[in-house]
Amino acid sequence: MHWFHAPVTRRRFISSTGALALSSALPTVLFAKTGGPARLVVVILRGALDGLAAVPPHGDPAYAGLHRELAIAVPGAADGALGLDGLFGLHPSLGFLHERYLGGELIVLHAVASPYRDRSHFDGQNVLENGLTQPLGTADGWLNRALATLPARRSGGDSERAVAISQNVPLILRGDAPVLSKSPLATPDVDEDLLARLADLYSKDDWFSARLSEAVQTEKLGDRRAEVGGGEPASAASRVPSMPAQPAAPSQQAAATGLPVTDRISGAARMAAALMRSEGGPEIAVIEAGGWDTHANQGGAKGTLAQRLLGLDNALRALADELGALWPQTAVLVVTEFGRTAAMNGTRGTDHGTGSCAFLAGGAVRGGRVIADWPGLTPSALLENRDLRPTLDLRSVFKGLLDEHLRIDAKTLATRVFPDSSNARALRGLIRA
Amino acid sequence: MLQTEIAVLRFGLGARPGDLEAASGDPRDWLRAQIRGSLPLAGTTAVTPSDQIFAAVLAAREQRQELKREAAQSAAADIQAASNVLRDAYQPHYHAQVLARAQSAALTTRPFGERLVHFWSNHFAISADKGAIFGLAGTLENEAIRPHVNGRFIDLLTAVEQHPAMIAFLDNQFSVGADSPAARFAARRQTKRQFGINENLAREILELHTLGVDGGYTQTDVTRFAQIITGWSIGGGKGRLAGGETGRFYFRDNLHEPGAKTFLGKSYPQDGRAQGEAVLADLAHHPSTARFIATKLARHFIADEPPPAAVERLTHAYLKSGGDLPQVYAALIEAPEAWEAQSRKFKTPEDFVFSTLRALNVAPQRPEEVIRSFELLGQRQYTPGSPAGWADTAKNWDGSDALMHRVLWASRVAERHEQGRDPLEVAASSLGGFARPETLAALRRATSGSQALALLLMSPEFQRR
Repeated sequence: MHWFHAPVTRRRFISSTGALALSSALPTVLFAKTGGPARLVVVILRGALDGLAAVPPHGDPAYAGLHRELAIAVPGAADGALGLDGLFGLHPSLGFLHERYLGGELIVLHAVASPYRDRSHFDGQNVLENGLTQPLGTADGWLNRALATLPARRSGGDSERAVAISQNVPLILRGDAPVLSKSPLATPDVDEDLLARLADLYSKDDWFSARLSEAVQTEKLGDRRAEVGGGEPASAASRVPSMPAQPAAPSQQAAATGLPVTDRISGAARMAAALMRSEGGPEIAVIEAGGWDTHANQGGAKGTLAQRLLGLDNALRALADELGALWPQTAVLVVTEFGRTAAMNGTRGTDHGTGSCAFLAGGAVRGGRVIADWPGLTPSALLENRDLRPTLDLRSVFKGLLDEHLRIDAKTLATRVFPDSSNARALRGLIRA
Repeated sequence: MLQTEIAVLRFGLGARPGDLEAASGDPRDWLRAQIRGSLPLAGTTAVTPSDQIFAAVLAAREQRQELKREAAQSAAADIQAASNVLRDAYQPHYHAQVLARAQSAALTTRPFGERLVHFWSNHFAISADKGAIFGLAGTLENEAIRPHVNGRFIDLLTAVEQHPAMIAFLDNQFSVGADSPAARFAARRQTKRQFGINENLAREILELHTLGVDGGYTQTDVTRFAQIITGWSIGGGKGRLAGGETGRFYFRDNLHEPGAKTFLGKSYPQDGRAQGEAVLADLAHHPSTARFIATKLARHFIADEPPPAAVERLTHAYLKSGGDLPQVYAALIEAPEAWEAQSRKFKTPEDFVFSTLRALNVAPQRPEEVIRSFELLGQRQYTPGSPAGWADTAKNWDGSDALMHRVLWASRVAERHEQGRDPLEVAASSLGGFARPETLAALRRATSGSQALALLLMSPEFQRR
């Protein structure tokens, strides 16, 4: 028996595909309105994305003057935005998202924020993920609390229904409901006998034994993925190299060691899709991507942020490609902890702000729309004369999504998942009827 | 019970053969002897000072510009060569710093002091994944923290905030006061370039280095502090950044926002460099800073959820001594909560790697060994990714996937180092009384020496400190 590389057999491939087809005919509880079991991917952009660069409000008369050389030009101009609705556009790096918008599968949200109003990344991320109004106060995340309210699923047994594409579980997925974690770094075979002896050694230590059995189970899931998907991932480029011998170039996009950040997001997206496609695999995945804290030399249509956005766009394209037949029942939510200053700072970048943008993409999404109660960018419209003023609470988006996509009822959402959210009413109509 | 083991494993970096004997006389005295004087790198790898690295990188940047110009003119454009220049200039330094750090952790005879160096390096975190400081990431630890780890907090703080790597990491070198001579000059000339402040360093000093996020400051204080430290820059640039010694802290009068300023309700009449230093001095003695640092120390040495009584005592020791760090460490050594054998912290990847090196009595000789290890386990050296540093609670390290990576790494290390080692002896010298009978039984039952070593490294008692 191999933990990591089970042989692919034709018989097993057919039977698992059959199981998948059957499960989609059963009325499981986790059913998207689109007819298949709902899939949800949450992408957390850590570091505070400049919403005014990702979704430029080129039609706002104050925009170009504030964002100066970081501003994205009007659609049609050289390096201009990809047009949405006359007021807003998408950054030219976001070609895939623009395709999805035109295809009716992307909602662009603007002037959104969590309830957090100070400007610390770390507290801001806590509020984004804990679903409360304060950075501290709970050790679990809203997505885990949502998961805990779901009735058991019929197929897939009692296996974990959510996965963090990471070595460790981020706050949004921490909590009572068991979840998986799996990093895109490949783990070559570990000796089975050693694992068996470790399981024995851990038998009196609940903490270690729980983790070891989870890890072994995740590896098995990775094997089944290969069977269901018919073997190798879609492209050679999607194979994640293990342990690069040398740190990569410290160019603008590259980390000091390992893969360029842009490739890492794509690797994570592919892994999420592959796990979700596997038989009994998770229905919910969380992906994290850092590098959005652009205090200096942010760039405009080209440059540092443009490269990051391109990496994000490529990752979302890879996710859609690899999800394949699951895409029609999928919703992908892309969020960040807060936005950045409306005005460029003294070092051709932007400092910490408040309102930003968010994206909701996927075949299950009733898209082709911008949802924004646009406050404008005049000095009095700005929050504290510096930040885009948020006009929509992100929890309204989360609640609407969990209600319509995962069928979690309003009362449960208001009491168990998002306590203290009575002033953030669920945003309706996000998911196709 | 197990006081010697706790001193060596929890306060220190794990036991080398002989450490437990050395500490067994009086474990607290063994610790106290380590919190005096500076903490130079142990080990044999030489590291280059930051000003020399800066100078080499400035030359590389010029060479890159030259190559880019050539590439633009020539049909056989070699853009790649141009972009490799900077990496080639930085990479050997990053490698040397990572290797030197691992060797020092493996070999030091003052592991409590070394752990404190790591603690402060994480408190004042900079991240090598910012390309501009890639090869400078270790210099902050070696040049600003090692000399001051056993000194006063104000001296440590000043050395850190005026270190070129910190200034470059948090973008302060180009932060310009709107009313500074440089900005006024530009306004008269009606240049297109807009001058202004960058809040990054000011905000993180308040939030992460001193008061803490709930320490009682406002956005106005952040902006004001950013104005106060305009001009804190690095010498050796060109144009309006000319002047000063290359790669050393340099106060640029022409970028500084002039005049008295009010910060946290207090007026600072000084001007120039002294204004920012006066603010740092007040921040260093602020009760919020005392509590913030006491809490982090207690979390690091006692428990993820630090006991309030211990935090209280450390805060008191900090305030009473005016931020004299050895007196704060002494209060930590006296804290009974730190000596409870039951409450042990799950090791971070760094803890796991360094304690393994010490248990096996080996020091890495090639940087690639270290780099690959942390690629696999997490905590790629000097790349926490954000100025908040690595989190210090187990939730951030205890994923099931992370555990599988530890198993893989442990089994590879065990294969390489089994020769000439008796796993039971390694268990005795590295864990002492913490080794459980069932672990020792498993080592005896193992099918090979390398399997036994891997089991030891992955045992719950080795995975905690």
